[in-house]
Amino acid sequence: MYKITKKVLLASNIYLMDVEAPRVAKGCYPGQFVIVKMDEKGERIPLTICDYNREEGTVSIVFQAVGPSTQMMAKYEVGEYFRDFTGPLGCKSELIDEPMEELKEKKILFVAGGVGTAPVYPQVKWMKSVGCNVDCIIGARNKDLIILEDEMKKVAANVYVATDDGSNGFKGNVNDMIKELVQNQGKSYDLIIAIGPIIMMKFVCLLTKELGIKTIVSMNPIMVDGTGMCGACRLTVGGQVKFACVDGPEFDGHLVDFDEAMKRSQMYKTKEGRKELREKEGDTHHGGCGYCGSEE
Amino acid sequence: MDVLKRVPVREQEPSVRAKNFEEVCLGYNKEEAMLEAARCLKCKNPKCVLGCPVSIDIPGFIKEVEAGNIEEAYRVISTYSALPAVCGRVCPQESQCEARCIRGIKGDPVSIGKLERFVADWARENGIKPEPPKERKGKKVAVIGSGPAGLTCAGDLAKLGYDVTIFEALHEPGGVLVYGIPEFRLPKSTVVATEVENVRALGVKIETNVVIGKSTTIDELFNEEGFDAVFIGSGAGLPKFMGIPGENANGVFSANEYLTRSNLMKAFDESYDTPIVSSKKVAVVGGGNVAMDAARTALRLGAEVHVVYRRSEEELPARVEEVHHAKEEGIIFDLLTNPTEILVDENGWVKGMRCVKMELGEPDASGRRRPVEVPNSEFVLDLDTVIMSLGTSPNPLISSTTEGLKINSHKCIIAEESDGKTTKEGVYAGGDAVTGAATVILAMGAGKAAAKGIDEFLS
Repeated sequence: MYKITKKVLLASNIYLMDVEAPRVAKGCYPGQFVIVKMDEKGERIPLTICDYNREEGTVSIVFQAVGPSTQMMAKYEVGEYFRDFTGPLGCKSELIDEPMEELKEKKILFVAGGVGTAPVYPQVKWMKSVGCNVDCIIGARNKDLIILEDEMKKVAANVYVATDDGSNGFKGNVNDMIKELVQNQGKSYDLIIAIGPIIMMKFVCLLTKELGIKTIVSMNPIMVDGTGMCGACRLTVGGQVKFACVDGPEFDGHLVDFDEAMKRSQMYKTKEGRKELREKEGDTHHGGCGYCGSEE
Repeated sequence: MDVLKRVPVREQEPSVRAKNFEEVCLGYNKEEAMLEAARCLKCKNPKCVLGCPVSIDIPGFIKEVEAGNIEEAYRVISTYSALPAVCGRVCPQESQCEARCIRGIKGDPVSIGKLERFVADWARENGIKPEPPKERKGKKVAVIGSGPAGLTCAGDLAKLGYDVTIFEALHEPGGVLVYGIPEFRLPKSTVVATEVENVRALGVKIETNVVIGKSTTIDELFNEEGFDAVFIGSGAGLPKFMGIPGENANGVFSANEYLTRSNLMKAFDESYDTPIVSSKKVAVVGGGNVAMDAARTALRLGAEVHVVYRRSEEELPARVEEVHHAKEEGIIFDLLTNPTEILVDENGWVKGMRCVKMELGEPDASGRRRPVEVPNSEFVLDLDTVIMSLGTSPNPLISSTTEGLKINSHKCIIAEESDGKTTKEGVYAGGDAVTGAATVILAMGAGKAAAKGIDEFLS
């Protein structure tokens, strides 16, 4: 059993929880994910790690309550327990194993969309801890859906907020913001790490391919075990079949077959579920629970 | 009674069981078991024991069954096997103990498997449990994986007085016994849970949700957690696919995924949240026991099911009993048939599978006749679901994070057959992680051999 030690409502329906899981906290790195199973009859829900505290043995997760499983998860309170909490799963961010001199030379831009800000945060924080200053775009539909802005400002050199309706920061989506930075403000980047709804990652990659900037994305397809056993999370990367859980979740975004990945994320969605999703426009763990996920 | 014939075992009617997940075989009652036990010739030089990977004293326990001393029969079996209720159900007895039975020369061999099952079930129903040893060795062993290899190794080491901790990556212990083999062949809450409890009763600790190689490495188990030896029984978990077009379409699953959803995650039980596709017509590609399990699961979930296999019935790797049960239940076998492409509709879902007919040519390296394509024999099977059951390979999670642990070209951990010793000191391995996908009982045999190896290493 894994105790919830902190619960914060970050934005409408978006929650952060700290969970006591010493083994996970001890071995995890930015880029990796965990699987949460709330109770005996629940699903195994993959969620990217948002932060960790090795001394206290806690791991932070962030989720948006849209599907039945995440809505149920939102009802858990501090002091209550998840039945299962497994991880870290997947590979750590490639940045972590890069030679420090090379990494420090690189100009890096993180692009975080919606709840995707949560998995971006530990990477930016880690970069800061090794003395690398990076830029970060946080995008969402409106100001109420922007999360972790203050936290990000403490660890990134520059934070650019972009909202579709202009209610916070730049008016436009993350792609408009990238264009603004690169084409109008004369910024140049060697690498972009984009994490968010699958549709956002697809369009960021189309743009960055044009701009000639290498782009890493973090895929979060439907999964069952998360250890390579079931193959539910397979996707096509550069013409090869890869398992997001063991080969990823991060891949070269210019090689990912996003259209196939989007179709696969619909596998267990019902008509009603999709309708509800459209209404709530959730962009949480895009597909893991089989109900909530990426856009149509 | 005809002494040449075995006492028949009661089963659920095929038409009834095709619609439920209850166990197919109902097993012997005490009278039936005693009658069947009386057929055993109690050979002085029993060949059956030589056919058993864990060398159970078969005539020894059958003698007790015949006399009606079931508790004593259980004690005899328990000396050799930690999982008799499992083995009595899923061992391929027809090619092991029963294949060597003298009775089988002229008539049916003794139903050793069904007798073993009866004894184990009787012990469970009567609350008989193994007891932990009084003498402790004061040494710690870590066992990675709680499948048949791990449970056996842990059980044997615990009986010798070691402090054993099993680390399981999933949320339930049992490995393939819980995620792979379906409820109707191996009931989880009664049979598997009891066998796991019996291993716990010996003093073994089980920690679930620990992915060794990710959160904690083998070196950390030695250096930080004070373990004196490690056994790796992590199985062969990675599914294989064919590499044909359309394989990533919605509605194409590995048998592992399909079975895990139904078995471990209990998708067949509506009170669980797990989704599973509701199929009208399913093709299961492959001919092994896992293919039969997937096919019979899909049938029970309401689909018409075709097993598509590229060789003929004779070469089907599945146990004869499984094929027989599958046919009785109405599974259709499309033999000498090989898929070449999965056809996909505009929404990304499976709509059919292009296949070719095959014929058998010259024997290949495996000794089986090689299937060759019949020219111009292409046809399309209309389907909405395809389940790929083509075998599995070991997960590199542990081998890739453990320095000094060597693997072969199939990613299998290199270990001595006699004692499970690997290329890294203090680390032993066995089961599918070493052999690639095989059987429950072979994994148990390897777990047993490794327990002996570890005991010698630590003594």
